[in-house]
Amino acid sequence: MNTYGVQAIYRFEMARWLRTLGQSLFSPVLSTSLYFIVFGSAIGSRMMEIGGVSYGEFIVPGLIMLSILTESVSNASFGIYMPRWAGTIYELLSAPVSAFEAVCGYVGAAATKSVIIGLVILATARLFVNYEVQNWPAMLAFLVLTSISFCLFGFILGVLADGFEKLQIVPMLILTPLTFLGGTFYSIDMLPEPWRTVTLFNPVVYLISGFRWAFFGAQAADVNIVVSLSAIGVFLAACLAIVWRIFKTGYRLKA
Amino acid sequence: MAEPIISIRDVSKTYKSGLQALKPINLDIMKGEIFALLGPNGAGKTTLISIICGIVNPSSGTVTADGHDIIRDYKAARRKIGLVPQELHTDAFERVIDTVSFSRGLFGFAPNPAHIEKVLRDLSLWEKRNDKIMALSGGMKRRVMIAKALSHEPKILFLDEPTAGVDVELRRDMWAMVRGLRENGVTIILTTHYIEEAEEMADRVGVIDKGQLIVVEEKNALMRKLGKKQLTLELPAPLERIPDGLNGYTLELAAGGNQLIYSFDAQAEDTGIPALLKRLSDVGVDFKDLHTEQSSLEDIFVSLVHRTT
Repeated sequence: MNTYGVQAIYRFEMARWLRTLGQSLFSPVLSTSLYFIVFGSAIGSRMMEIGGVSYGEFIVPGLIMLSILTESVSNASFGIYMPRWAGTIYELLSAPVSAFEAVCGYVGAAATKSVIIGLVILATARLFVNYEVQNWPAMLAFLVLTSISFCLFGFILGVLADGFEKLQIVPMLILTPLTFLGGTFYSIDMLPEPWRTVTLFNPVVYLISGFRWAFFGAQAADVNIVVSLSAIGVFLAACLAIVWRIFKTGYRLKA
Repeated sequence: MAEPIISIRDVSKTYKSGLQALKPINLDIMKGEIFALLGPNGAGKTTLISIICGIVNPSSGTVTADGHDIIRDYKAARRKIGLVPQELHTDAFERVIDTVSFSRGLFGFAPNPAHIEKVLRDLSLWEKRNDKIMALSGGMKRRVMIAKALSHEPKILFLDEPTAGVDVELRRDMWAMVRGLRENGVTIILTTHYIEEAEEMADRVGVIDKGQLIVVEEKNALMRKLGKKQLTLELPAPLERIPDGLNGYTLELAAGGNQLIYSFDAQAEDTGIPALLKRLSDVGVDFKDLHTEQSSLEDIFVSLVHRTT
């Protein structure tokens, strides 16, 4: 195991993020605060409880998940796309670094950033609503697992993308709508048929539901926790398989 | 005799587009030598280097670096190799010392600030260590690329057009640095367009053209074997034609008949010059000056490449 190599990639990626720490953290914190002001305070005060928790509390897991998904994909895709774009990828390809080690470095750093952002948003939410987390270990595990899965997904996008604009398409046009429609601001039980059934095809529903389960217990979750865990497990396995294949064949990395 | 540090066996490369960049190549590069790979643009030099370094997948064949197969045992092989690519690929926002330290870690070596300092000092980069790369000149960026390649103390160093676009002073500095590395046991493989660079530094020369290695030879032997010598006689009055009495000598008139040029085999024991001079006297051809010149590596390179077209 090339641990120095993994450390080098990890530190390099974290240093890149730390150079712009202010904007990296300020942007998600600001947008989350605005959501809390609009949905939590202004609208939330007129809403009834959902699953035994106030509306302000109910949206906390969804809002964290909204930021985590987009930040994970953006950070990881940018991390591997930049060396491809700048040509510095030659150094990674000529180094004694295996696919697993490269992924540990790049995805590890991107996932760390996502988890930090998630925790900062969690702390910010506390300024607006007085939530309680029922199961801290499960909440942290979900946070880490979701971050890693979507960082892997972002890594794949970064390898496939052939322009900066394409890096933005998936987070903006696919992930954000899926997250909004995946129960961030409501329980899918509130939807009439057939939209409730249609929503079950949205994979983000299972992530938010599982995360909410860790916060408030089964009464606030839309689907069974086992189903949520299975969904994220399948997604993680699929991403790992694709990344392994990319490095094995050198697809879009090597001629 | 030195043993090979790189062994290339039947390595070929055909890109997905169908372009055959390399026909099967066999080559041994000896431990501790400076090997110059010459060839026109698109000849396959960079493809060959990229295969050895792991950047391009070969279509066939095997390569070993210091006894390690570059595919099966890629980690051990790559730890021995440093690469300075042709293009200036750098992380513009990074500091010099950070990017060089990053390279050392990436190649699996523990931090060694003393070595990094030595490399930066040797390349006159120490004073710039805290500068961002984007603030450096092109020549300084080239030095940073070399520093990155040397950060993990490689036994084999590939320099792909290392002095392209750098000024004469920096080129001389780099030549001195390359010689210093060789004295420390590093094997150096360089590709270059500057034939004088190969002539100045290389122990052996390989010429590649259209993906084919057309000659590999010890530089001096190549120049002796394929180089030709010429004796030029400056005549006091122009000649209209070569006198009949000089038949049998490979002579030609130049400079409007004011020069008589005699080509001879530099390797031959008897160059024929004394006999020619005596014969000139016999037929009444006088001369006011004479000099000899030998073809350069560039002349040889051009003639070899033209021979294959």
